[in-house]
Amino acid sequence: MIEVKNIFKSFGDHKVIDDVSFVFEQGKTNLIIGESGSGKTTIMKLMVGLHEIDSGEILYDGQNFPVLGVQEKQEVRKKIGMLFQGGALFDSQTLEENVRFPLDMFTEMSKEEKLDRVNFCLEKVQLTGKNKLYPGELSGGMKKRAALARAIANSPQYLFCDEPNSGLDPKTSIVIDNLIQSLTHEFNITTIVITHDMNSVVEIGEKILYIYKGKPWWTGNSKDILKTTNPELVDFVFASGFMKEVFNAVKNK
Amino acid sequence: MLLLRVFKKPQNFRVYFRQIIFEIDNIGISSLPIVAIISVFMGGIIAYQSAYAIDSPLVPLYVIGFTTRESMILEFSSTILCLILAGKVGSNIASEIGAMRITEQIDALEIMGINSASYLIFPKIAAAMFIFPFLVVISMFLGLAGGYMMGVLTDAFTGSQYVYGIQAFFEPWKIGYSIAKSISFAFLITSLSSYFGYYTQGGALEVGKSSTAAVVCSSILILLFSLIYTKLFIGH
Repeated sequence: MIEVKNIFKSFGDHKVIDDVSFVFEQGKTNLIIGESGSGKTTIMKLMVGLHEIDSGEILYDGQNFPVLGVQEKQEVRKKIGMLFQGGALFDSQTLEENVRFPLDMFTEMSKEEKLDRVNFCLEKVQLTGKNKLYPGELSGGMKKRAALARAIANSPQYLFCDEPNSGLDPKTSIVIDNLIQSLTHEFNITTIVITHDMNSVVEIGEKILYIYKGKPWWTGNSKDILKTTNPELVDFVFASGFMKEVFNAVKNK
Repeated sequence: MLLLRVFKKPQNFRVYFRQIIFEIDNIGISSLPIVAIISVFMGGIIAYQSAYAIDSPLVPLYVIGFTTRESMILEFSSTILCLILAGKVGSNIASEIGAMRITEQIDALEIMGINSASYLIFPKIAAAMFIFPFLVVISMFLGLAGGYMMGVLTDAFTGSQYVYGIQAFFEPWKIGYSIAKSISFAFLITSLSSYFGYYTQGGALEVGKSSTAAVVCSSILILLFSLIYTKLFIGH
């Protein structure tokens, strides 16, 4: 479980995160949603320590991450898996080497054990047999899945996914969403997904935090969000006329 | 600050060792062709120009070999060669690390709990400081061979005069001096280029700018330090 308490962050005079508190539960896909520029990715970067918070607490199973020493932070980070928006795979390494990388760095596994683990992770993301391909040879969806395989290689307790569906077609997006959710349930991970994709919200939103202009505006789940009367959230969810029509059609049935 | 992080205790010696071997190949072995070509040509040019400049019968022709040796050992094979390597290796390092920065690969390392500065930069510095002296020594030999070939091919001087010249008044410490210079330049090139790459912000344009800045700064510092070393160890 990760708990953020009253976190604030400004860049210069511009307040980006304004008193955000939320509990990200273990074994659930926790979503942070909001418009572009609302502060979603900043929250995630604060949580993993890529930015420093101005004030507040970020508790990883009770450990206040921002005040930990460098060594202790690295220990916490070893329990984190992260799927970046662009994948962030290492270009000079094959898929196998990418997935094996955290195992090489932090485990004493034998070569065979590492290979087994790599193959297991690749199988989980449906990339069996693609071990020797380089990131440049993969499609957008495959890159995301490969990055997911690397993220889960070291059996993380916490999984962060930054806009996992950006740039993907709806069908591939669903595959990625389902993968994230099934991995979360199977390995009982605390998963945090940053997204503004409404399909993802409806598909996998077990716990949702809606951020509006850096503030926590609404919390709930994928069922609640369709019944919301919060005007800003309604604007966000039903921004497209198509979504509105679909929603009304479902409601009137 | 960055160097403090670079020289922290490696998190996994085996992985670092593998990276150092990779970088020795990437930085050093891959530079061999350009080092060889430039050294042979420079040795030949220095020898021929010396022969052309010496038109007095009072100056013995073995001076050509002597001049070529001194030029190659003291300046070309260390300073000029490192200037060339600053262009090749420096831009390569800055653009590689810069591209990793803008594509979030460095963030990915950090989030995995890896000291990204140490993992990415330390092997490059160690590899360059190890392999540059070999490149310098190879350059010296090839430069002298280039001078010999030039003399023999153009009849500007005889091989025996040249060989006598390159043995005349030889001071072995100058080779050590040249190697020591190249080690310090290896550190300058790799650390500066890594610094510019590591702190790249923006996109492809900024990666290019980092790469240029790395080469320019490395080159200026190499020349500056070469001047200081010359004043300290050669000048009286």
